[in-house]
Amino acid sequence: MSDLNQALATKYKGNFLKEVIDNVEEGDMVQMCMQCGVCAGSCPMGPHWEHTPQKIFMMIRANKREEVLASDSMWMCTSCYNCIARCPRELPITHIMHGLATYAKRLNLVPKTQPTAKFAQLFWNNLTSKGRVNELKLGISLYFMNGFGEGVKTAMANQKLGLNMLKTKRMAINEAWGGHSVKDKSGFHAMLKKAAEIESDSIEANSK
Amino acid sequence: MADEIKTGAYICKGCDLGNRLNTDQLEMIATREGRVASAKSHDFLCGAEGVKMIQDDLDSGESNRVVIAACSRRAKTDAFNFAGVPMSRVNLREGVIWVRPDEDEAQETTQEMAEDYVRMGCAEIKFMSTPKASEEQGTNRHVLVVGGGITGMTAAIEAARAGYQVSLVEKTDALGGTTGQLYKRAPTRAPYADPEDTGVTELAQMLEDDDKVTIYLNSILSSSDGAPGRFDIEITTGDATQSISCGSIIQASGQTEFDANQLTEFSYADAPDVITQLEMEALAKAADGGPVKRPSDGKEVQNVVFVQCAGQRSDKEGHLSYCSGHCCNTSIKQAMYLKDNAEAAAEGSSIDVQTTILFTDLRTPGAGGEDFYRSGQNKGVTFRKGSVSGVSADAKVSFSDLILDEDDTIDADLVVLATGMIPNSGRNNEREDELAAQKTQLEAENKEVPQEILDEIAIPVESILNLKYRQGSDLPQLVSGFNDSHFICFPYETRRTGIYAAGPTRRPMDTQQAQEDATGATMKAIQAIENAGQGMAAHPRAGDLSYPSFRKEGCTQCKRCMMECPFGAIGFDEKGFPEYNEARCRRCGTCMGACPVRVISFENYSIDSVGQQIKACDIPDEFDEKPRLLVLACENDAYPALDMAAQNRFEYSAFVRVVPVRCLGSVNTIWITDALNSGYDGVVLMGCKKGDDYQCHFVKGSEMAHMRMSKIADTLQTLNLEEERVAVHEVAITDIHRVPELINDMAKTIDEIGMSPFKF
Repeated sequence: MSDLNQALATKYKGNFLKEVIDNVEEGDMVQMCMQCGVCAGSCPMGPHWEHTPQKIFMMIRANKREEVLASDSMWMCTSCYNCIARCPRELPITHIMHGLATYAKRLNLVPKTQPTAKFAQLFWNNLTSKGRVNELKLGISLYFMNGFGEGVKTAMANQKLGLNMLKTKRMAINEAWGGHSVKDKSGFHAMLKKAAEIESDSIEANSK
Repeated sequence: MADEIKTGAYICKGCDLGNRLNTDQLEMIATREGRVASAKSHDFLCGAEGVKMIQDDLDSGESNRVVIAACSRRAKTDAFNFAGVPMSRVNLREGVIWVRPDEDEAQETTQEMAEDYVRMGCAEIKFMSTPKASEEQGTNRHVLVVGGGITGMTAAIEAARAGYQVSLVEKTDALGGTTGQLYKRAPTRAPYADPEDTGVTELAQMLEDDDKVTIYLNSILSSSDGAPGRFDIEITTGDATQSISCGSIIQASGQTEFDANQLTEFSYADAPDVITQLEMEALAKAADGGPVKRPSDGKEVQNVVFVQCAGQRSDKEGHLSYCSGHCCNTSIKQAMYLKDNAEAAAEGSSIDVQTTILFTDLRTPGAGGEDFYRSGQNKGVTFRKGSVSGVSADAKVSFSDLILDEDDTIDADLVVLATGMIPNSGRNNEREDELAAQKTQLEAENKEVPQEILDEIAIPVESILNLKYRQGSDLPQLVSGFNDSHFICFPYETRRTGIYAAGPTRRPMDTQQAQEDATGATMKAIQAIENAGQGMAAHPRAGDLSYPSFRKEGCTQCKRCMMECPFGAIGFDEKGFPEYNEARCRRCGTCMGACPVRVISFENYSIDSVGQQIKACDIPDEFDEKPRLLVLACENDAYPALDMAAQNRFEYSAFVRVVPVRCLGSVNTIWITDALNSGYDGVVLMGCKKGDDYQCHFVKGSEMAHMRMSKIADTLQTLNLEEERVAVHEVAITDIHRVPELINDMAKTIDEIGMSPFKF
């Protein structure tokens, strides 16, 4: 358990809901859930994950800190927004799920083998390096996510598709060297740094 | 009115009646068989010209009673409205042409149907006269309110504002009742976010300042008797008794909190920190905005658990089966006390009182209920769907979480039980009689009386009204001990005309609902006074001036009418003859149906007015293959349902003849016997739903009819007839598809068992 995690757990002992309200984006809406279960019934990923949003929210109120933060549920969310569209209490469920994912990640509690968490990291790294998504690099890094051997195999299997995309100019091969970027890259990085700073300062402060 | 009966029969040819029916023939039937003074037809009877034709005949003295053969008696009531003139409506439209196919082969039976209805109308009118109010009215613009809680106080102030004198009787030494014990109440107006003041002090002050209101504290009703418009009341205060008279009574006797000592699984009796909602109010009152301290050691509470439905909505012995309606809102409100107090104390710091509401179904009724729930969530009250299995003596709450599907415990400082309410509804006279009868019978049989009967008899129950009615001292009760009310159609009415139950004695409710209830009851109480003054009936025959009278020479003093009257309207004199308290009477005719010697009648509704209709019908002989079915349909639900079926053109058998009755309770078995004797093949009775969730507009009428008809089998046997020839059905006003089926079913039954042998 990381020090920060330990500190927060101690600070909010017995009141995980309060911890979520203070530290998770839109976490204050968790208490407004009325447990109707419409989100759980609407979720296309419903049968495939550990806990439905309804359960996650109930677990937060029931102080199940470790179980919530280590759950795979928020990583399985595809952001289809079905739950938000249908929630009778108009809770931003998708956003809360992402907020919880971010918080779990910060506390280093993400399940180690969670592929969507891995993909999210790849995507983030790709995006933040130049401020633009480099699709070619993202695709390649995705192929090689689970090791070199599997990467080659996947690449070979998609060979024909790749060539066709090249022919129809759907894939820019020169992206492999550098690739395009936002105009003010250093400004972009400074902005991200500041945001991260604000965020961790606030959580840091809450942990004391 | 002239003594000589001169009936004018008017036959309408509008609405296709003229095309479908031979109206000349109908005119002839009215004159020759109906023996009316004149019979006329008109192309558009309900139009100004048609109505004028009738009015002219009445004015010129050519007729003094009218038979109108047109549409249903429920249609065109404005057009056919001749004050003071007896009128019979023959239903040719909804009753005949709309339920029959417009085909040549059906024409003969359709015409016969119309002819029979004309005969029946002409027969009925001979036995109708114009009702006049009796001489026994009183008008006393004085309302008596029993109970000085929020309901009673609201009722009193409403009545006083409407200009009526009010006497308010309160058992304790102060106004306020249960609401007076509350710290605050759930909000009654937008935005429904915070608890608000109860307003009891202001209300009590308003009453004290009002010179129309007299308040009797430390007082009870030691006697009440009379009828709407002329109640005689005795109020006992300590040793002194004074008499007053009033026009109507509002019973706002309130509720008592359920005895939590029965809830052993929640350790209420042993644990000082397990309290009821009312005790929580006392703690909040003592804290008055500061931190709430628990009873055992005075520690400021940090973690409070509210247990909903404690001993409520449960089928366990001694528990309440119903939902008390206010407890969810009350718990939210009390959790808010704690949240708000903590916030005020800490001025926005993160010091917090944890409040958890454990519910199985959260119910927050009323306009602001959902907003209040949301406000509670917003303030950080935790809601968990869980069923509580037990509370230990040190306030550890064990429950199973129904969302997470697992067991959990909360180590609380204080546990508040939502125990619900028991109505203060006075004595249950019906139950007492039942128990006494059981005991007497067992003793007569030399059997041992079971202890539970003796125990139940031994429980003393205080009467609230101390009515001197023959039918008992208090308002009758329905399920779970609440004072009876017709909760579907007439929620404020009780079964004692002029006495209105309001607030939680009528059904479970919160303070705001109780205040609305009190306002409604006040309006009914005022209406009762004004109606009584003019000799008019209360609902559902509102404005009816007819009332039952009886032929004394024929009366055998059997007291059946008194027993069966659903409204306790009938007493009896020292010789045992019935005394009809007209102002208490609702004009259902249940007494008329009950009377074994058939001496009870109304001016416009009697054994004859229906009996002669039944006999007037033409019965074809056995070989015509035309059976005759009699339908006696309750005018409140069944008859409208038949009308609506007709409007939808649902066809039914042409062999049926429908007679509307005021209530199935007014059906005297003689009508059935007469009908079968004179050759009808089947009789169908249609009344409202009976039982605990009755829809009968006269509460017990339908039940009485079902009871009487269950004994008709003997009569059928003596006549050597099949039991299937008489059927009783419960019909709702929405049963428009079902009523034609019921009629057709009987027609089919007759087909199977064959025609009645009593055709002459």
